[in-house]
Amino acid sequence: MAAETHPGTPEPNHARRFTALWVISSLIATPLVIFLLGPSLPPGNGSEQASGHVTDNTVLLAMATPVLLLVVIYLIYASIFFRQPKGGVLEGPAVRGDSRVQTAWVVITSVLVLSLAAYGTVRLLADNGAGSGSGPKPLTVPKGPKLPVQVIAQQWAFTYRYPTYGGVETTHLELPDNEMVELHVTSIDVIHSFWAYKLGVKADANPGVDNIAFVKPTHEQSFEVRCSELCGIWHGYMFDKGHVVSPAAFETWIHEQQTKFAPATKVLPPYSKTYSPEPTRRAE
Amino acid sequence: MSTTAAAASTPQPIGRPLWRKLIGFNLLTAVILGVGGYYLGWFIGHQISGKSFEFQTATDENDVALLLAYFFGVVGFLIGLGFANYPVSRLLGKPASLREKEEQGIGRYFGLCTDHKVVGIQYLVGIGLFFFIGGLNAMLIRTELLHPVPTFVGPNQYLSLVGMHGTMMMGMMTSGILGPFANYFVPIMIGARRMAFPRIEALTFWLLMAAGFILVSTIFFGGFPTGWTGYEPLNDQAVMGMDSYICFFALVGLSMCLLGLNMMATIITMRAPGLTWSRLPIFVWSVFATSVLMVLAAPMLIATLLMAALDRTISTSFFVAGGGGSSYLFENLFWFFGHPEVYILALPGFGIVLELLPVFTRKPLWGYRLAVSGMLGVSLLSFFVWQHHLFVSGINADLRPFYMLSTEIISVPTGFIFLCFMGTMWKSRTSFTVPMLFCVAWAFNFLLGGLSGVFLSDSPSDTDTHGSFFVMAHFHYTIMGGLIFTFFAGIYYWVPKMTGLRFNERLSKIHFWSMFVAFNSTFLPLFVLGMEGMPRRVSTYSPSLQALNVWVSISAFVLGLSMLVFLVNAVYSLIFVRLRAESNPWRSKSLEWQVPTPVPVNNFEQIPVFDSDPYDYGTPLTVGGAPATAGA
Repeated sequence: MAAETHPGTPEPNHARRFTALWVISSLIATPLVIFLLGPSLPPGNGSEQASGHVTDNTVLLAMATPVLLLVVIYLIYASIFFRQPKGGVLEGPAVRGDSRVQTAWVVITSVLVLSLAAYGTVRLLADNGAGSGSGPKPLTVPKGPKLPVQVIAQQWAFTYRYPTYGGVETTHLELPDNEMVELHVTSIDVIHSFWAYKLGVKADANPGVDNIAFVKPTHEQSFEVRCSELCGIWHGYMFDKGHVVSPAAFETWIHEQQTKFAPATKVLPPYSKTYSPEPTRRAE
Repeated sequence: MSTTAAAASTPQPIGRPLWRKLIGFNLLTAVILGVGGYYLGWFIGHQISGKSFEFQTATDENDVALLLAYFFGVVGFLIGLGFANYPVSRLLGKPASLREKEEQGIGRYFGLCTDHKVVGIQYLVGIGLFFFIGGLNAMLIRTELLHPVPTFVGPNQYLSLVGMHGTMMMGMMTSGILGPFANYFVPIMIGARRMAFPRIEALTFWLLMAAGFILVSTIFFGGFPTGWTGYEPLNDQAVMGMDSYICFFALVGLSMCLLGLNMMATIITMRAPGLTWSRLPIFVWSVFATSVLMVLAAPMLIATLLMAALDRTISTSFFVAGGGGSSYLFENLFWFFGHPEVYILALPGFGIVLELLPVFTRKPLWGYRLAVSGMLGVSLLSFFVWQHHLFVSGINADLRPFYMLSTEIISVPTGFIFLCFMGTMWKSRTSFTVPMLFCVAWAFNFLLGGLSGVFLSDSPSDTDTHGSFFVMAHFHYTIMGGLIFTFFAGIYYWVPKMTGLRFNERLSKIHFWSMFVAFNSTFLPLFVLGMEGMPRRVSTYSPSLQALNVWVSISAFVLGLSMLVFLVNAVYSLIFVRLRAESNPWRSKSLEWQVPTPVPVNNFEQIPVFDSDPYDYGTPLTVGGAPATAGA
């Protein structure tokens, strides 16, 4: 150690210095992350689910910050203080481990990880899937009335059916403000994924599967709908604008659609959870 | 050529005609038989499909013909290299030819050779070639993403580039560390004269090379639109280029499985006396853990791709919903392989980092047992997390809390590796040489990769990040930041041993710093892009994201240039100037540095006997806790 090269100079207490550096910087950085960065984290407050994700992202970032600082400060500290002098052939201390440090590390990381998983589970169940596709029979379902909307994905567009409005199929998505929406996402060809980024909703569209996601928009807005699972050459073009409008405006819009698409609705197959087309064969 | 055993040492007769040199089992024969086999398979395929031979050049799709062509092509290629000689001569009761062991000189590197040191160098060059092709694809992808609408390539070519880049990197780089470094150094590190199965060792390399060229050949058949995941039913719908993907990955799987088996057998059975499991170099432990994963995961991949090939050729409908199959089945099977696969990529990196640290910090490895249990823990847990790739798919949604838990638990054993890293560096005497710099960069990159993984493993938060650029940034941090950085650490550390030559110090430092800065400048903004709602694998994006995308593209070009610096360095230092390396430039106490350079054919005159692990560095502490004397 330093004592070898400069006899008489006491070795600084690295453990205390490093811990102090880390604790102080974590105490400064973590509140900054929570209060300054947190509110501006994506995906915003377009829906209850999206606001929930902002909270989740803030919590995860707040937990990640001290860990990030621990390693980064360590690397910087070590590369400043634990250097081999130029051309030196000094050896470090022959320490092969420290059972107290190791045990503490195992216990602390395990507790951190378990609390993370517990937090995620609570959030997932409390928020009824948190806007993600939860399969045909979601474990938890929100109470109260829900507006069912079916999202049908195909190469390379989404269409939407409103079963409570005569099964009308529209080419754009409009949702009433402040109402719980039950999205039934399915596909009629390959796998797609319905992603309304600002609403915090994502659900894969699998052929033959009814994938349910819940979302409750919290204000009137327009939002982008994109496909987020690679589905063929025009995958990048599979996007559309959707709107959240007032319940009254929604009623007007949906009745317009019913009239407009009445001839099409007659020839459509009856509303069903999934649609099973003939498999497409390239040879045919 | 192989008439007498003495041929090994006697030089080739002078004035031998060229045609005589070309005849025999070598790369030329292999290419001729490979092409011949390809056309034979193509012909048979068209006969089976009931079409006339004249149609073979028409644009008509014939998956049977292409798959058979690849199959016969690979078989012909391997026969041409001489892989059939040994089994055939044994079957016929004749003495087996040992030609591959006898030949000396540069020719060994261009054909079947069972010397593990030759195979290691073959791997290094071969994998480097495909890494370069994969990297070029990435450059083209980033060129396209300079604009929010397609300007440079069409959407079909774009997807082909994305698929080629991903598949090339995930497939070829699976053996990125095990191929060159484990093949070369594991036998030396454990005091063995060879691998357990030398012919299988050579086979894994040539299978991988055949696979690489098959993947590149996809451009002649329209490419494939699925990315490296190859999801059904898009897979079933795709043009013939998809068969190249299927063939490529099946061959890579076979190569992986054989490589893993060979490594396991070598490490279990061929350790020198005294080399107990608790004295095994940590790199060998990481190779062992990786090999277990390879052997267990790769067969799943091969089976999955066989089913996909049957779907495509004879309409079996394993994965096609309309025919009674399920697209979920493919996702499950693929990720059952695919998740262990990403740890197959990461684990050897852990091994290299922990192997190099004691050398450069001049301290013993801190927490050896913890590091080993970390590696084994990661490999065990990696089989129980695969559905976190399917959090929003609706599959088995009630089990999401379980997969969330298992995924997050994996960070505990991964944390062991970090603790061992930090413990080894604590109060050390670290020389920041180029390999050490790459190890420190690993710690930083993998930390960011791991912490971003927390956002993906949290099911509610994953709703936003799944399938976005965030995921892409995450796995580039873990795989490129974890595997490629340690791959370069291994190159700078071990190439002086493999070749007896060293790299130019200044160019190496330029390479490291440009690569590290450009890497972070490329992939950090991708987290933001993903969070801002940009999906993966698209060539169109919101114009508001253009500025950031241009930044990323320019950084990616600089990253590409940093690879060019490496290439220039390698050509300049190793071929033109031929800088002689010292016999042990790092003052390492590991066994591979104690044998002469170049390593003799049989590694050791006498099998060594071990009485400790190779981390005997540092000054022992006295009773009071202070070092007794200055280090030796």
